[in-house]
Amino acid sequence: MSNKDLYEYALSLGDNALILGQRLAEWCGHSPALELDIAVTNLSLDLIGEAQLYLDYAAEVEGEGKSADDLAYLRDCLKFRNYLLLEQPNKNWGRTTVRLFLYSTFMALYLEQLQNSKDEQLSAIAGKAIKEVLYHKRFSSEWMLRLGDGTDESKAYVQKGLEDMWRFTGELFAMSDGEKRLCEAGIAVDAASLEAPWNAEIDAILVEAGLIKPPSQAMIMGRFKGHHSEHLGHILSEMQFLQRAYPGAKW
Amino acid sequence: MYTTDLRTKAQKAADAKDTGAKDEIVEASENEARFQARIDDEQFIEPKDWMPEPYRKTLVRQISQHAHSEIVGMLPEGNWISRAPSLRRKLILLAKVQDEAGHGLYLYSAAETLGVERGDLLEQLHTGKAKYSTIFNYPTLTWADIGAIGWLVDGAAVTNQIPLCRCSYGPYARAMVKVCKEESFHQRQGFEIMTVMMEGNAEQREMAQDAMNRWWWPSLMMFGPPDGDSPNSAQSMAWKIKRFSNDELRQRFIDATVPQAEAIGLTMPDPDLGFNEVTGHYEIGDLNWDEFWSVVKGEGHCNRDRLDARVEAYADGAWVREAAEAYAEKQKAKHAAA
Ligand SMILES: [Fe+2]
Ligand SMILES: [Fe+2]
Repeated sequence: MSNKDLYEYALSLGDNALILGQRLAEWCGHSPALELDIAVTNLSLDLIGEAQLYLDYAAEVEGEGKSADDLAYLRDCLKFRNYLLLEQPNKNWGRTTVRLFLYSTFMALYLEQLQNSKDEQLSAIAGKAIKEVLYHKRFSSEWMLRLGDGTDESKAYVQKGLEDMWRFTGELFAMSDGEKRLCEAGIAVDAASLEAPWNAEIDAILVEAGLIKPPSQAMIMGRFKGHHSEHLGHILSEMQFLQRAYPGAKW
Repeated sequence: MYTTDLRTKAQKAADAKDTGAKDEIVEASENEARFQARIDDEQFIEPKDWMPEPYRKTLVRQISQHAHSEIVGMLPEGNWISRAPSLRRKLILLAKVQDEAGHGLYLYSAAETLGVERGDLLEQLHTGKAKYSTIFNYPTLTWADIGAIGWLVDGAAVTNQIPLCRCSYGPYARAMVKVCKEESFHQRQGFEIMTVMMEGNAEQREMAQDAMNRWWWPSLMMFGPPDGDSPNSAQSMAWKIKRFSNDELRQRFIDATVPQAEAIGLTMPDPDLGFNEVTGHYEIGDLNWDEFWSVVKGEGHCNRDRLDARVEAYADGAWVREAAEAYAEKQKAKHAAA
């Protein structure tokens, strides 16, 4: 275990929250109902808030005098560590729901363990974030049921979303060498061990919603090397525009 | 303002005829006297109370237009959420736009106490029958526009809405109390953005000044036409839906805002602006009311974009709302059977 491992780890936790928060915010003002505008903005607020905590910590661990904003706004694609799942476009409310459901079900399991991390900062952030993620999980699970068991049209949307997103779920359980070292030191979560309980929870909701679990298939991965999908570059070019166009300016 | 009567003269005349015909004159006069007495006595009118049809109609128009303004107003600022220049600014902007959605929700609920439904009101917005504040038909071009909107647009809104907290219709007044608390935070964060940019580099100062130049006049027009040109105001004043005239509120806003602009080094985009030592008020140059009415008519920069965005979101979301309803029905049936 090294500082570099811990930096990369905190970064990946921050990037996940940041990129999903950025994606969800796209719904603000454009969602299917005013109540959902409010709900989705809440999700985004939670996630960006978490991102700030993780990235602050990553910057501190790195020890080069950078801020969370420097990390969020001045890194390019190859340095981002988020799951590819989270950068996929929202497309429609069905697909957005599926992604949030798959991810927050995973994160609820994940943060439960991260709370026990030997790293005090990470365990403190996890303690705060888990309350939010449990809500995200409940919110998205309820919408899985509503859409799965709503109309034929909604079922078709959510089933398609599931099929489109499934190939990115393998990455949730993959660990880098650095993460394995942190795991041995009692700092990182053993993500691989969460696969079985995650599947059990996903299966239960899919059955209740009358949805079909996609067959096992090739999983698409790449975050450890920053080998993302084409979508991340567009998120970054938008998100980072002002910081890039006016280097060093204070806002 | 979000609440300014934006109907044309012809529309107003038609509406007046429409409501007049329905009133049963004899009974109404007794009820009406009692109603007006309660208003004069500063009592709130509540949903179950008798009220004259024109009062109800005026409120439905004003409250729904106000609600529409809140949700259309989410668009120009929402335009910058993905590009907010720091995580802190992103969080503040998200929270602000979320507040506006909340305001929309309180206001639609207040309108619904008058016997209308949100779906029908939205239909009126989407077909162009209902209006929303003209201010949201101007584009947000740079980050400074987010500062200018918070400071000037929310600032003008809060100037107009504080008196509405004492409006005679209870549900509207109560909604405004909640709204006003949040609006002052909106104004402060906007002014802070402008302040920081004016302390920044030359390009940032240029953006801030340009935003000031573009948003100042439309913000002043948010208060509605000059008193001489708003004949409906007298009735609204008598009903205590309105407490101050358009010009009074506009003046209050100008007097508060000019010193703020000067304090952070912005130049007022009005060569005729001057301070009258005798009255203690700032005096401004002429407002371009032709521009105002042309934006009301739909000829503004963003009218089409804003309306399209709302119509599209609502249409794209139809299957989601239908699914939620169908699911709720199924659940109800299940519980009934169990
Ligand atoms: Fe508002
Ligand atoms: Fe506001």
